[in-house]
Amino acid sequence: MFESLSGKLQGVFKDLRGLGKISESNVSESLREVRLALLDADVNFKVAKQFIANVREKAIGEKVIQSIHPGQQIIKIINDELVELLGSQNAELKLDAKPSSMMMVGLHGAGKTTSSGKLAKWLMKQGRKPLLVAADVYRPAAMDQLEALGKQMNIPTVVRRGEKDVLVIAREAKREAAERECDVLIFDTAGRLQIDEVLVQELVRLRDDIKPQEILLVLDAATGQEAVNVATHFDEALDISGAILTKLDGDARGGAALSLKSVTGKPIKFAGAGEKLEDFEPFHPERMATRILGMGDVVSLVEKAAENVDMDEARKLEEKMRKGVFTLDDFLDQLRQMKRLGPLESIVKMLPGGADMVGGADLSKHEKEFRRMEAMICAMTPEERNRPQILNAKRRQRIAKGSGVRVAELNNLMNRFGQMQKMMRKMGKMQKMMGKMGGKMASKMAGRMGAGFRMR
Amino acid sequence: MRYLSAVDDSISKTMGFFQKLKDRLGRTQNKLVHEIKRIVTRSPKLTADSAEELEAALLSADFGMTMTLRIIEATRKAYESKGKGEFDFVKVAADEVERALSSGDPSLLDQGDDLTVISMVGVNGTGKTTTCAKLANRLKLQGKTVGMAACDTFRAAAIDQLKVWSERLDVPLTMGDYGADPAAVAHDAVSSALSKNSDYLLIDTAGRLHTKHNLMQELQKVHRVMGKKLEGAPHETLLVLDATTGMNALNQAREFNKAVPLTGLVITKLDGTSKAGMVVAIQNELKIPVKFIGVGEQPDDLQPFVAREFAHAIFGLDE
Repeated sequence: MFESLSGKLQGVFKDLRGLGKISESNVSESLREVRLALLDADVNFKVAKQFIANVREKAIGEKVIQSIHPGQQIIKIINDELVELLGSQNAELKLDAKPSSMMMVGLHGAGKTTSSGKLAKWLMKQGRKPLLVAADVYRPAAMDQLEALGKQMNIPTVVRRGEKDVLVIAREAKREAAERECDVLIFDTAGRLQIDEVLVQELVRLRDDIKPQEILLVLDAATGQEAVNVATHFDEALDISGAILTKLDGDARGGAALSLKSVTGKPIKFAGAGEKLEDFEPFHPERMATRILGMGDVVSLVEKAAENVDMDEARKLEEKMRKGVFTLDDFLDQLRQMKRLGPLESIVKMLPGGADMVGGADLSKHEKEFRRMEAMICAMTPEERNRPQILNAKRRQRIAKGSGVRVAELNNLMNRFGQMQKMMRKMGKMQKMMGKMGGKMASKMAGRMGAGFRMR
Repeated sequence: MRYLSAVDDSISKTMGFFQKLKDRLGRTQNKLVHEIKRIVTRSPKLTADSAEELEAALLSADFGMTMTLRIIEATRKAYESKGKGEFDFVKVAADEVERALSSGDPSLLDQGDDLTVISMVGVNGTGKTTTCAKLANRLKLQGKTVGMAACDTFRAAAIDQLKVWSERLDVPLTMGDYGADPAAVAHDAVSSALSKNSDYLLIDTAGRLHTKHNLMQELQKVHRVMGKKLEGAPHETLLVLDATTGMNALNQAREFNKAVPLTGLVITKLDGTSKAGMVVAIQNELKIPVKFIGVGEQPDDLQPFVAREFAHAIFGLDE
């Protein structure tokens, strides 16, 4: 019931794809499914309703009905609508004052302190001189946390332990910024409920004192329907300038992002996606929309692969595949590179339709199998890896013993490897043929791939 | 094994638990009830339109599709069998929620003289450290001897945070250095608690996203090491969930349960306006009982969970 939004939408699209022509009734049926999927992804129900209304209006237009592929056109309409809802471009930070100030606000545990640190690091990379200000006067050790982050990055941090008045801290911070010639102050405020009047007023006083260029609402990507209340209240009280979406490295669909954008109209400026301080980047609405729509997060996958896979090695391997000289050593390399990409499940989920494919299947079993394959190959001598045909019964027995498997399992691996080699030889031949036939087509494909890379 | 009785708990009685919870939850629960009543009064018949509005109202409380449809179905049945005269939608819905929340024992394991190890797990920022402190305070007030272990050696100042609490509450704390192996800290903590003859040991683990394979393996290791030191440890594994989380809470519960079988849930930050409807979906699917709820920032704001009271508070019904 609770499969991801992408999975659900894909189900809907499958229906739509099969249609020759679109009637009003089957659009309505499909759009109800889309609406439920959006709700399941924590998109606020009012936002979802509006979204559906917009899509319906466009979908039942004449143009769609007369087009050859109505299903695809609806997908495009939904995608465009989603990108528009998320903000069609990423908004830059306003940093025109000297020094500029930014205020981080939000609920408890949304990730304000961590985001403050990440933002400081990001600004430093942009050539700024940030100053971190610990203005969380409530949570035990919150100031220590920010100070520790500052130390890790060599960024000065204003810490006044025991001080309960944020305005005093602000004054000290301004003085220190002038002294150290810092040009951006980042105020890490305490987490608070949007309905806690007293604490929200404290933020208003701080804002009026420091007159920040940016007030950023830090929001957990997994936030539910509540996102609308949180965003509206903070925006009304403080007139926020934007938001930071955190914990995007989880599997939350991030419906909260849609809600926030559409009720406040304020852009999401950054996304936090990882435990490390570098895991912070400008928000990409189009990427988010693609991910939500189940076209898979191919861009992230490519990025991940680029991070972990040695390009030279990959090229060599490709060359070998083409020539059909794929040895067990190469196979071992491949297994290891795949392992570096992370658990199979998370990789497959990034592929279009992957979440559906995985379903409830337990991929960790396959991972175990990979590990055993690795062990078996490792138990072979270099000679055996290069010329597997010399593997006689005695050698097989030795390898099986050395890697803790039964001979049958080793035989199985060798059979599969043999098949793989055969297939690769065939593929190599086909590629050669294709190369002769249609050089144009190949270059077109390569151009597309390049565009994918450029999106980074 | 004896169990602490959650309902007859003296603390909850003196605190006027139900009133407190209702006050807290009431802030916008009223809106939900108002919404539902408006729908029901305007069209006493369950038409397709009113069902859809009902659906939206329930979804806006983070109930999720399965539970929402189940409640609507239950209402439809009740409506058909009882007729509109004695039909009370809110009551039917509350009963349905209560039923869904009633699987499993909500009380905390009490092994008498033997040490009970409780591990707190969850994603980042749900309030594990604070819950750990609140639970220590609660057990201490019940006359138990308690120890805590700061196994979050990753987040900056997480150890300091628990240290502040341990000083405030006067509860012994086992800790290591930042970056130390959390399993080693847990191991030492169990040894220390055994030698002190403590009743409870609370393990504060680092927040981790359930999608991070290596971090989940780290958590499994922490648990494995404790189990080697003391058979059966950790005896309780509580997943700490933020009440503002939406449907992803179900994924969190599923994945954590897969890695380290959960014995209970703790819902934190219920003093906001969120209704935590997703716990209903979680219990419905995984049958893991909610054991505690956090309703404020004071040490005594951790309360045992009572399904009936929770369900009624959500819908703003009186006892």
